[in-house]
Amino acid sequence: MPSLDEIIRGSQIWKSIFRHPAPVDRRNRVVVMLTNFFLHLHPVSVKKQGIALSYTWCMGGVTFFLFLVETVTGVLLMFYYRPTLEWAYNDILALRDVTSLGVLREIHRWGAHAMVITVWLHMYRVFLTGSYKPPREFNWVLGVILLLLTLLLSFTGYLLPWDQLAIWAITVGSNMARATPFLGHEGPGAALLTVDGIDMITNASDARFGLLGARFVGEETLNRFYVLHCVAIPLGAALLIAIHFWRIRKDGGISGPL
Amino acid sequence: MHGQNYEEFILGVSGFLTAYYVFIAIMNAVAALYLWQSGRAKPLFRFPIVGFMVSTAHIWVIVTAIFLMLGAGATNGGASVLSLSTSTRDLIDSWMNPITYSLGTLGILSVVFVARKFFVKPIVAWSLLNLSLLFMGLSMTDMEFAAIVMKPDNVPIVAMIYLLGYFTWLGAYRAVQNDERIARGEQPLESLDNEKVLVWPDLVYTELICMIVVTAILLLWGVGLMAPLEEPASTVQTPNPSKAPWYFLGLQEMLVYYDPWMAGVVLPSLIVGGLMAIPFIDFNPKGNGYYTIAERKFAYCTFQFGFLVLWVTLIVMGTFLRGPNWNFFGFYETWDQHKVQALNNVDLSQYFWVNLLQMGRPKAPDGSSTAMTVVYIAVRESPGILLLLFYFVGGPPAMVIYNKFFRQLFLRMGFMRYMVLSNLILLMGLLPLKMVARWVVNLKYFISIPEYFLNF
Ligand code: HEM
Repeated sequence: MPSLDEIIRGSQIWKSIFRHPAPVDRRNRVVVMLTNFFLHLHPVSVKKQGIALSYTWCMGGVTFFLFLVETVTGVLLMFYYRPTLEWAYNDILALRDVTSLGVLREIHRWGAHAMVITVWLHMYRVFLTGSYKPPREFNWVLGVILLLLTLLLSFTGYLLPWDQLAIWAITVGSNMARATPFLGHEGPGAALLTVDGIDMITNASDARFGLLGARFVGEETLNRFYVLHCVAIPLGAALLIAIHFWRIRKDGGISGPL
Repeated sequence: MHGQNYEEFILGVSGFLTAYYVFIAIMNAVAALYLWQSGRAKPLFRFPIVGFMVSTAHIWVIVTAIFLMLGAGATNGGASVLSLSTSTRDLIDSWMNPITYSLGTLGILSVVFVARKFFVKPIVAWSLLNLSLLFMGLSMTDMEFAAIVMKPDNVPIVAMIYLLGYFTWLGAYRAVQNDERIARGEQPLESLDNEKVLVWPDLVYTELICMIVVTAILLLWGVGLMAPLEEPASTVQTPNPSKAPWYFLGLQEMLVYYDPWMAGVVLPSLIVGGLMAIPFIDFNPKGNGYYTIAERKFAYCTFQFGFLVLWVTLIVMGTFLRGPNWNFFGFYETWDQHKVQALNNVDLSQYFWVNLLQMGRPKAPDGSSTAMTVVYIAVRESPGILLLLFYFVGGPPAMVIYNKFFRQLFLRMGFMRYMVLSNLILLMGLLPLKMVARWVVNLKYFISIPEYFLNF
């Protein structure tokens, strides 16, 4: 009498999905890494020290996992949220009061905070182990861009609830762009960019205007940040994470003493 | 917290505090059990007469008992007794200001760094953790402290402080061990686990467990703490203080010392650029793939100064200690909207022309051409311009000439790399230099050209 486990694993459906027997022996533990799409990111075998928690702190992995959590909860939030002055705040309010799965927004928000922290910790560990040294210089550079994207993701998301906390934090944060050298209308050098006495850089054409889509944080900003937050930056980050992972393997796996 | 009296507040917080103290007690109990079970408990001294050997495990059992008693004491509003006395709190507040806070943090971190062999000892680190948790607990009965720490968006920062503390300890602990091993001519710890293992199950299972733990934490956090939602946005009501999201508060804090074009644009770009440059200017081949401090002291200290001191410390200050009008408030101080702080900062040009030369600042006569005005401005600001030229042009060669360490760096790195490194360091140094100049002589700007929005 075959057990249920054997029946399931022996079925044609199961076998069509998993192209190998259960990874219980050495051969199949190798095969599983090679034939499974999700696992093939990994090598088949690694040095024991490279995966020791006391070495990597698993912080890169946790950052990636949080990125996935944010993607899933973010998509779910998009079902409920409309980025307009009329609806944004009320939709968030309804998410709290009316919608089942009431912790969705909480998980998304705390996950975002956590991701900022874990990406810092990951960078910290990479620095402390000197893992940016050759041949991993370029992956560190990619990492710095990922760090920036993580912060920008969090920053653009901060505006979306459209409450007092949101618009003033973004106002304070984006006010600095007003003072961009040459490109901000209150920045040093902006006055030099005049043609026939007409200022090229005004509060309706400077870096801050480009960021906000308006002269102050308003409906255009909400729309702009929404698109950046939900589409542009996540796509960019996903692409760079893919390259980041690919480079880890190409650079010889997790660093270790030579 | 307004509209809430102290009794209500204490009742509200006591449930949390009980759980908090019990949690710390459990933590210590687990530590004691671990030490005892693994046989790692170190004998400390023998009790006279009974001859009972007291070990580290027993210490943590006693600590467990103390925290359990604190937890019991905190129930039903008893928490008000478990607090720092008002005079202690007032004393702490009266000591705290941006100067003592910044220099104090720097001082503490320096001491910890120099005496790292002592501070990485598990027993020392664990005691410090217990003490800081106790301090937090005793402070939580203060309404002002609790209000700011419990603000939903600030909770992650408290978590971050502890996580950073833990991982800084872990990194230093391993580094100290490795440094001792290397000094003895042995391989670093990381070389010991050189054997290859299969990713399934070793890594895949670790990842799975990490995912489950993170999910559990997020769920608990999400259920336990509501995401903040304030009043609907209003462009006419400016909250005071208006703060950027917490991870940018270091930059907002820099606004105290530099104008937005520096604090908001130039310095952040330099941070990003400087980080990217690290692999290309740190040419030291040692310390690749293992924790070490001794083999890369300069890189370690520079990074820690930038990260822990200039970035994290300023974020913590911006979050917890900056209140209305960006004034500084101690841990237990009420955020008074009307607190006034005298602003009597003076530009360098003012110091030079007015205070030193006892004459007015040069000013172009009315109706002069633009070129003439610029010349006058240049003359007016010449002290600051010269000072900065001296700093940036004179700094790199001066470091090579007068400092043996930088001379060796220069010889080994070559011109380009050395210039990038020295300029990045000088740029990073601008922030603490300006801070000190502000504290000591109330310096406002080295160069102040408001005509062209160029204040430096
Ligand atoms: C979204 C952000 C990021 C994700 C998801 C991510 C993910 C990962 C993962 C999973 C690893 C494998 C080892 C580990 O977990 O420690 C890794 C390694 C690495 N990461 Fe990241 N990372 C991110 C950001 C960064 C940042 C900010 C830096 C540095 C500035 C960085 C630099 C590196 C380097 C150099 C390695 C190779 C380390 C080694 O071989 O020991 N990454 N990353």
